[in-house]
Amino acid sequence: MRREVMTIAGVAVECFTAGEGRPLLVLHDELGLSPQAQFLDFLAQRRRVVAMSLPGFGKSDLPLWIDCVDDLSYITLGLLDRIGINAIDIVGCSLGGWVAAELTSKSPERVTRLVLAAPYGVKLGGVDRLEFPDLFAMSKTAIAEKSFHSPSFANFDAAALSDAGLTTIVRNRESFTLFAWEPYLHNPKLSHRLERAVAPTLFIRGASDGIVSADYVAGYAALFPNASVTEVPAAGHFVHLEQPEAFVSRTLDFLDRN
Amino acid sequence: MKFWYFSETAYPELPPEATYNSIRVTLPNVNYDPKVGAALFDRYLDEWLIAESEGLNLMLNEHHQTATCVDPAAPVVMAALARLTTRARLLILGNPISNRRDPIRVAEEMALIDVLSHGRLEVGFVRGVPYELAAANSNPVRSNERHWEALDLIIKAWTHHAGPFVHEGRFFHHRNINIWPRPYQQPHPPVWVSATSPSGSARVGSAGFVQATFLTGFRGTPGVFDSYRRGWRDAGRTSEPPLDRLAYAPLLYTGDSKDTARKGAEKLLWYLKANKVPDYYRNPPGYLPVEMGVRIMRGAAPQLAASIKDLGVDEAVKNGIMFAGTPNEVHDQVVKFYDHVGGFGHMLMMGQAGFLDHDETAHGIRMFAREVMPRLTETLRDRAPQRSAA
Repeated sequence: MRREVMTIAGVAVECFTAGEGRPLLVLHDELGLSPQAQFLDFLAQRRRVVAMSLPGFGKSDLPLWIDCVDDLSYITLGLLDRIGINAIDIVGCSLGGWVAAELTSKSPERVTRLVLAAPYGVKLGGVDRLEFPDLFAMSKTAIAEKSFHSPSFANFDAAALSDAGLTTIVRNRESFTLFAWEPYLHNPKLSHRLERAVAPTLFIRGASDGIVSADYVAGYAALFPNASVTEVPAAGHFVHLEQPEAFVSRTLDFLDRN
Repeated sequence: MKFWYFSETAYPELPPEATYNSIRVTLPNVNYDPKVGAALFDRYLDEWLIAESEGLNLMLNEHHQTATCVDPAAPVVMAALARLTTRARLLILGNPISNRRDPIRVAEEMALIDVLSHGRLEVGFVRGVPYELAAANSNPVRSNERHWEALDLIIKAWTHHAGPFVHEGRFFHHRNINIWPRPYQQPHPPVWVSATSPSGSARVGSAGFVQATFLTGFRGTPGVFDSYRRGWRDAGRTSEPPLDRLAYAPLLYTGDSKDTARKGAEKLLWYLKANKVPDYYRNPPGYLPVEMGVRIMRGAAPQLAASIKDLGVDEAVKNGIMFAGTPNEVHDQVVKFYDHVGGFGHMLMMGQAGFLDHDETAHGIRMFAREVMPRLTETLRDRAPQRSAA
């Protein structure tokens, strides 16, 4: 992907583009944007894919004033302004799905179609339970088991990575913590704003997702005026990484219905 | 040198370690018997009073949701000590202000204890160990930034006397800050900050607060103290920091015989050993700098406490984490450490932990106060500062 650093609202963010065709904005998950990810390559075979590392992720800055997903959604709107796109299809994965939902609730006219892969973001249940298992109170092994259909997918060899690579991993985790900690992985106001999000919306969930439940996705989708849900087998929370072909095929089928 | 007695007020009567996942945060409080706990507090307060009667100053701290320290509100216990004691200086080390939602409330609590004690309070501020974050539901990211904004605001609240002022900061907001009472000591009680890393202590030195470091031993302490001195000078001061700006907290037990000392020291090690905590509480993302996170992924120990958990008495003494033995031995250990780190002005002795019972604790306090303290005071008086080994 072609990389370019842009300054949006005073924040230097790295942006990536690849492919030709109708533009498609991809908002990455909490693991950060990996330009080599297969699903991006598959998407770029049909679309002009636009992506950026959200503030605090990859090589993008994280100024002190930024501390919530609301901020991330405004930076994303700023990116659309900068590249001169009025309305666009958006794919958001996990944390990026939350950003996309926030963005759509603010500026529904900027979103033509929306795909949300296991997004966080709303509070649905009672005060006495979390919407998602507490990722800050479980071992890395337990997180891997909840995140992937095949937990070995989470394995990587730290010794084989450069300091710069490890720095990105550690910094991405830190930034995710900043945005996820409290309220835990949701914005209490978002559920009250989503009736504005009129774009046709598809929720995609990995059938083995141990973090975002099927009930949660169904409840989340019901807050959108025009949303449906699909499940991908043999995939966990990071369905776009674990089953990139199925993910991209369902995504493009949905987007191309336009 | 000033000497301070400290106990973490543990609740050591716990089920076998193998039966629980973490002594902190999640151990169900059904394991806490309030009647046993009340008797323990009677005892711990008595021991602070013994320490005062022996000429020591008193220090206490707070932790949350843990059997290792069942004082989750240091100002409450210190308020009791303020009225039970008459002479000792009283140090809270410290207030975990990056985990407290309202710094002004902390400023009020400290001013009130200062008034109740007729100006004997010394106020420490700590960032808190990482396991505190889950208990406080406090975001690990930017806790350092919250700490310093809160600290500056508290000092301003103590020292501003002309009616309400406004604070619209990054993390805290107030429109009418005008605390009653204001502190007894003017302009405010002495301020302490704990730091166990060189990066933290440089900033403390720059501000000129008293810097305390815990259990950093021969290896870690010189770097921490040197950073303090560097921060002190970099802020434009031409002289070296006075010794009373630097404090060290070891485990410390003095016995009237080698055998008594050994037994006491072994019991004191409970403090290091009773600390079963999973990594996700020990090292939440954002608590440590990113560079340290990278080193941990490459295999470094996440935390000082993890690296000293399994030390025996001899190793702990050898490493300067513990001073223990007969009065002669303890005197010599302290002097050796003092020279190694370039001198310091406060000894914060952790003199009680775990199953060290009342008689043993009182013995350790008395032996130190009567047999070691006067000799140390003599030895260290006018002792030329040695060059730090760092």
